[in-house]
Formats: sequence, C-alpha cells, structure tokens
Amino acid sequence: MKRLRLATIWLDGCSGCHMSFLDMDELLLELAPRLELAYSPLVDRKEFPEQVDLALLEGAVSTPEDEAKARLVRARSHLVVALGDCACNGNLPAMRNRLDNAELLDLVYRQQAEGEAGPPTRNVPPLLPHSLPLHRVIDVDLFLPGCPPPAAAIVRALTAVLEGRELSELPTLKFG
Amino acid sequence: MSGGRVITLQIDGRDCGAREEQTILEVARENGIYIPTLCHLNGLHPVGGCRICLVEIAGAPRPLPACVTHPVEGMQVTTDNPELRRQRRLILELMLAEGNHICAVCVVNGHCELQELALQLGVDHLEVPALYPSREVDASHPRFGLDRNRCVLCTRCVRVCGEIEGAHTWDVMGRGLQAMVISDLNQPWGEAESCTGCGKCVQVCPTGALFEKGKSAGEMVKRHLHLPLLTAMRREEEAGE
Repeated sequence: MKRLRLATIWLDGCSGCHMSFLDMDELLLELAPRLELAYSPLVDRKEFPEQVDLALLEGAVSTPEDEAKARLVRARSHLVVALGDCACNGNLPAMRNRLDNAELLDLVYRQQAEGEAGPPTRNVPPLLPHSLPLHRVIDVDLFLPGCPPPAAAIVRALTAVLEGRELSELPTLKFG
Repeated sequence: MSGGRVITLQIDGRDCGAREEQTILEVARENGIYIPTLCHLNGLHPVGGCRICLVEIAGAPRPLPACVTHPVEGMQVTTDNPELRRQRRLILELMLAEGNHICAVCVVNGHCELQELALQLGVDHLEVPALYPSREVDASHPRFGLDRNRCVLCTRCVRVCGEIEGAHTWDVMGRGLQAMVISDLNQPWGEAESCTGCGKCVQVCPTGALFEKGKSAGEMVKRHLHLPLLTAMRREEEAGE
C-alpha cells in the first residue's frame, strides 16, 4: 500500500499544535505504517519535498518568509490543512494587527528592553503589516481551529484523508 | 400567565398553541424546538439586535428575528434550513470580524456564548476579512473590567442595569462601527456615580467583554440563571402594590 506523504509546517505559532500532533500518542503508532512524514520540524529534512499528499500548517502568516513558505507548500501539496487558531483566525500573532509595527518594535526592543539595543535587523525576517490567517494567502482545504486543536481533530482529519473521505463533512471539534 | 387569545401556528411543520403576546422564540422553546440566540436572555426584554435567531415565515419577504416576532393564526415558521444556517453563520462571522476576539487569552475561554455559537454554527474561519479595530479597555472600576474588543453590542448589560438593577449606568454611544457601550455620560466606569457595583452586567455578558478582575484566561464562568426569578419577583411586587 502506498503511504500517505504527510508534511507539517511551523509558521508564526508556538508549536503547541505540533504538541497536539504528538498528543495522538499510541494512535501515532497505529497511523505510522500508513504515513510517511516527508517534512516536519519533527524530522531532519531541510528542503520541502517536490510533492506531498497532505500538509498541516501551524501558525499565522506574519513575515514575507512565512508567506513564501505557505505558497511553496500550497504549490507542492495536494491537500492543505490550517492547523490551529493562528492558521485559522490569526489568534495571538494577530493581536499586533491593530498596532503600528514600527512603534511596537520600538516599544518592545528599546523602550521596555534593557540596554536599549533596538529591534533586530539581521537574521530575522521583517514583519508583514498584519499577521494573517492562512486562507488570506493561499487556498485552504480544511480548517482545524483550537488553541491547540484537540489531538482527536487531527486524528479525524488524518483518518478521513487516509480513507479518501470528504474533508468538508468533518465537524468542528473546538473553536478557540 | 393569563389572558391573550389562543393562536395555532406551525413551527417546522408541527402544530403549536400560543398566546398572541408570546414570541415565536418562546413558543418554540415551550415545544422543545431549538433556535440559536445571542442577545436574548430570559428575564430581560428582547431587542432583536443580534439577528442570530432569524426564522423564515411563509409569506414574509425576509427572515425575521424569532425573539421579537409574535405569532399570528395559521403562521408557518421554519427555524432551520441551509439558507438560515448560512445567514446565521455570516452574521456571526461579521460580529467576529468587527471586534478582536482572541479566545486563547480570554477570561471566558471555554465558557463563552459567542465561542459556543461559533462551534455550533460551524464557523471555523472568517470568510470576511477581520477589521482589527482599536478599541478601548476600561479598567477603572475597582472590581470589574470592560474590554470593548470582545463586545458584540448585544446590550444585555444595558438592559439588565436599566430593567433589573434600575441604575441605567450603561448605554450605547455612536453608530455602526463606532458604536460602543459607555457608562454614565461616557465617563470611566470607576467614576460612574450611578453604578451600584452589583455586577449583574458582568454576569449577563455573553462574552469576556465584562469580567471580574483577577481572573486569568478561561477562569471566568458567568452566572445569570437567577435572572428570570428576579424578573418574576419584581412583577409580583408590582402587582401587589
């Protein structure tokens, strides 16, 4: 049997959704023979593969780097799932959206910081004007909200894809 | 309750008896038919503000809010179909897009009527772009706080303060996107002389907009089941006078 090529991606989130993925516990062992984890922060691969069947994206789109990653994942994945509140609604990263970026960075990195070093300019991507939910940037096939989404919601989605069922019929298990 | 002509109507194809002063929502609930609501609260006057309880009535050109629509002889009401569900979902999405609703950091996370409704209506993301408004938080009251970012303008606080407590500290100022609840003449809550500090507004608020200070994310549970009793007691007292 051909294994389902799965990818998980970590954009602007806290990795809590990935913890929820691990919270599938022994079900992971059951699913393991039917899955191939082709790309994930949990495995070593550095480059996103040419093609995957299912991509779970955690986090909001907050930087041009996030945006480029999201577009690459969309282009190379058959199905894309927005995993968790940040990907579905913006959640905590989007709390900055009503503030001015330059003022915010100055407040955090200069006014309230020791040493008054100022915002970092190297090795970190700049912020987009807003932290966006995933579907504002790419097409999304399924939304799994929750902070974090319950492991049961991930199990259901994975099982539905493995069994070739319609994702649109999955009930929402958690909001917020 | 007495008086009022008895009316027969159909709700979702079921024959229901009603008095003419009742609302479609009341009749539906008496007959075990569920209609989702948000601004409605047992014990307060209905205002038909949120439109979540929209129902279809045969012959009416548009859906009507069940909480403020009275039954008419022979009326045929539909409380649930794909179009009503679509409309309710869109109304809820617009409410969510208009404020800043971040469940993960909210005091009522897990005990919120807005969150529960989103789950029930299957709102798992917003089709309409969120506005991320800049709204003020009032933390001037010693015991309670008001975070307008979480307010859906249901006016339960306004009604409970006016109708039950009799203080009328709260009201709504402005229109459209600028509309917001204010205390007294738009003074900080802590300086509002009419406020008795009873906390009823906090308990009836369906979201985390009104909250008790000192509560962290998910820690606040609202209690308002006693409200219909207060209303009934008030009515008895007034009848006795």
